[in-house]
Amino acid sequence: MSVATDRRTDDLRGRHLLGIDGMDRSDLEEILDLTDTFAEIGRRPIPKVPALRGRTVATVFFEGSTRTRMSFEAAARRLSADTVAFDAGTSSLSKGESIRDTVEVVASYGADLLVVRHSMAGTAHRVAGWTDLSVVNAGDGCHEHPTQALLDCYTLRERRGSLDGMRIAIVGDIRHSRVARSNVLAFTAMGAEVVLVAPATLLPPAIGGWPVTIAHELDPILADLDAIYLLRIQSERITEGLIPSLREYALDFCLTPARLARMRADALVLHPGPTNRGVEISAEAAADGRSVILDQVVNGVSVRMAVLFLLLGSGRQLGAVDAGGSVEGDR
Amino acid sequence: MSVVLRGGRIIDSQGERLLDVELGEDGRIAAVGTGLSGDVNLDASGCVVSPGFVDLHAHLREPGLEEAETIQTGARGGSLGGYTALVAMPNTDPTTDCVAVVEQVRALGRRSTCEIIPTAAMTLRRDGVDMAPMGELVDNGVGIFTDDGTGLQDPRLMRRIMEYSTGLGRRLGRPVVLAQHCEVAALSAGGYMHEGEWSSRLGIPGQPAEAEELMVMRDIALVRMTGAHLHFQHLSTASSVAMVRGAKAAGLPVTAEATTHHFTLTDAACASYDPVFKVHPPLRTDVDVRAIREGLADGTIDAIATDHAPHAPHMKELPFDQAPPGMLGLETAFALALGDSGLDLPEVLALLSWRPAAIAGVADRHGAPVVPGAPANLCVVDPDETWTVSGAAMASLSSNTPYEGRTMRGRVRHTIRAGVPVVVDGEARR
Repeated sequence: MSVATDRRTDDLRGRHLLGIDGMDRSDLEEILDLTDTFAEIGRRPIPKVPALRGRTVATVFFEGSTRTRMSFEAAARRLSADTVAFDAGTSSLSKGESIRDTVEVVASYGADLLVVRHSMAGTAHRVAGWTDLSVVNAGDGCHEHPTQALLDCYTLRERRGSLDGMRIAIVGDIRHSRVARSNVLAFTAMGAEVVLVAPATLLPPAIGGWPVTIAHELDPILADLDAIYLLRIQSERITEGLIPSLREYALDFCLTPARLARMRADALVLHPGPTNRGVEISAEAAADGRSVILDQVVNGVSVRMAVLFLLLGSGRQLGAVDAGGSVEGDR
Repeated sequence: MSVVLRGGRIIDSQGERLLDVELGEDGRIAAVGTGLSGDVNLDASGCVVSPGFVDLHAHLREPGLEEAETIQTGARGGSLGGYTALVAMPNTDPTTDCVAVVEQVRALGRRSTCEIIPTAAMTLRRDGVDMAPMGELVDNGVGIFTDDGTGLQDPRLMRRIMEYSTGLGRRLGRPVVLAQHCEVAALSAGGYMHEGEWSSRLGIPGQPAEAEELMVMRDIALVRMTGAHLHFQHLSTASSVAMVRGAKAAGLPVTAEATTHHFTLTDAACASYDPVFKVHPPLRTDVDVRAIREGLADGTIDAIATDHAPHAPHMKELPFDQAPPGMLGLETAFALALGDSGLDLPEVLALLSWRPAAIAGVADRHGAPVVPGAPANLCVVDPDETWTVSGAAMASLSSNTPYEGRTMRGRVRHTIRAGVPVVVDGEARR
């Protein structure tokens, strides 16, 4: 378990989940194992435990999100934590307040943990450097979305028992996807084999060192997959000249009933939501018995309960700030 | 009151010798010899006496952004770094694109500890559309024109400016220098660091090396066409260095600078997500760093510049995409050049002093040989002194140094500007 270099690890404070980068299989399994416990709580008639009573979880979202915020808030409430929400859209941020000021203000409301989302990579890491509170990265630009990767691993493990040896395709806009970056790290750490499937323009510019294989066509590999993970395509990618049209993207990459029919009977279909029906996934495929998209949503709450509990209730460190960044980078 | 620099080793464009230097009250060197003594004697033993440094690329932020730096504080930092002349970039507010702002910069400069050499923008407001009144500016002593901060995108306008500049050389008394920040904006747009393995991993959108290289290539072609003197600012990629090497071999009138950060840091530094490492052009790869050092060693690159770019602390506490690019450079340049370039001390001094002085058109008063009668713009450097970088301790109003906490070897002990000691024993006097 790697440790953030500039933080006091002997202290209950200063513990973060910033990314899958820096976590190994045992770190991930510790969270997934604990998630089983919280999933059980979620199935009770009254799905609430007093584990974090008196603690406050602040969601600090500088970028719009309904699902992720609701999932974190539901997780916090099931643990009896209080929640406060900062929403950039309606806040003083639009009056020119800096992020650092915002963080200090939110912290002063008595928050114990900040759940941070921002449109730019690394912002959660920066926030973690400005505060003694725990920080959970709920998505930083095109970089990481660690709780999404955890809930995806949990969902796959729940269905298959283990990710070992699974062949998983991640399909779509890898270049701009924090979900893809976190999942490449998480799936491979858990023993799966990952294929990234995308037009060349939607792949990151230099991924020679990534532990993945690359495919530009979906059809030839469909029959070999244990799971297919479809990413959302945004219409900006057309104005940016990355793909000709959503229609052409769908022709090549949409999981249609015909493509689904060529997949194994026990293959799993995942999507981080919200889906663009008819673009990356057809309505039929989303509703198919192999689709675990709603399981992902349900498991998201359980995984986030486990993460909040580990950070606020147990005194353990999750993951690490990226250890790179030496000033003398060329040495 | 006479001042003598005692016990130092002089290194200038004429070579090396162990001699004392007496500064006259007229701002010139009164005597060079052995056993000199003055009313004030500054210890230079174990040190090297060099012509003062000339930075071809400093953002002094005045007028317009005095929160980050003023000409006075920038010049003080320059003096602490051994500089006696700073070429001030025109991306002020208002833009330095007319005689009035040039005169303001110059007037503020006269009250500072360095000679401030104003540049002017090639286009009004640096908008890349309308040519600035270059003739009038030349008549008022401006010899370098640049839209630094952005490259001039329109090849047709760049051609016209190059042609126009060739007709102004007689009025200036030397060729007009056009200094280009090479960056094809359409290719770099939306990128905040070097595009490569690190940007892919970190999820920070990148800008490719080719955004710089395409404009280097274009401008070399236009120099061949027009005969204008083009100075390439802050070269950062291996291919850029190779192209400039080829242009020089072909006899084209081009010069080039490299910044200290482009031969000491790489894009790996951005893994901290700290925008103190955000700079344009961005920090590149190990391969590029090596190529810059080779370019410095073989003369392809004429000068080490700083691209000193102060930003107030709160501006660097923004997300990586929103923070402005740029880093401090004046107070760390000598130590980095000495310790990280792979060059020996005489080469380092040439790249910091007399070669940039020639490009800036100030060789008569900066970078000149240390001989009696020459203007007394000098620095005394201790190649062996070690010190630790602290942004807060710098003279700059800003503290955005990417070398915070790093121990450096090589420090400026004294700086003499027009015969006056403005830095003594590493402390600014003014």
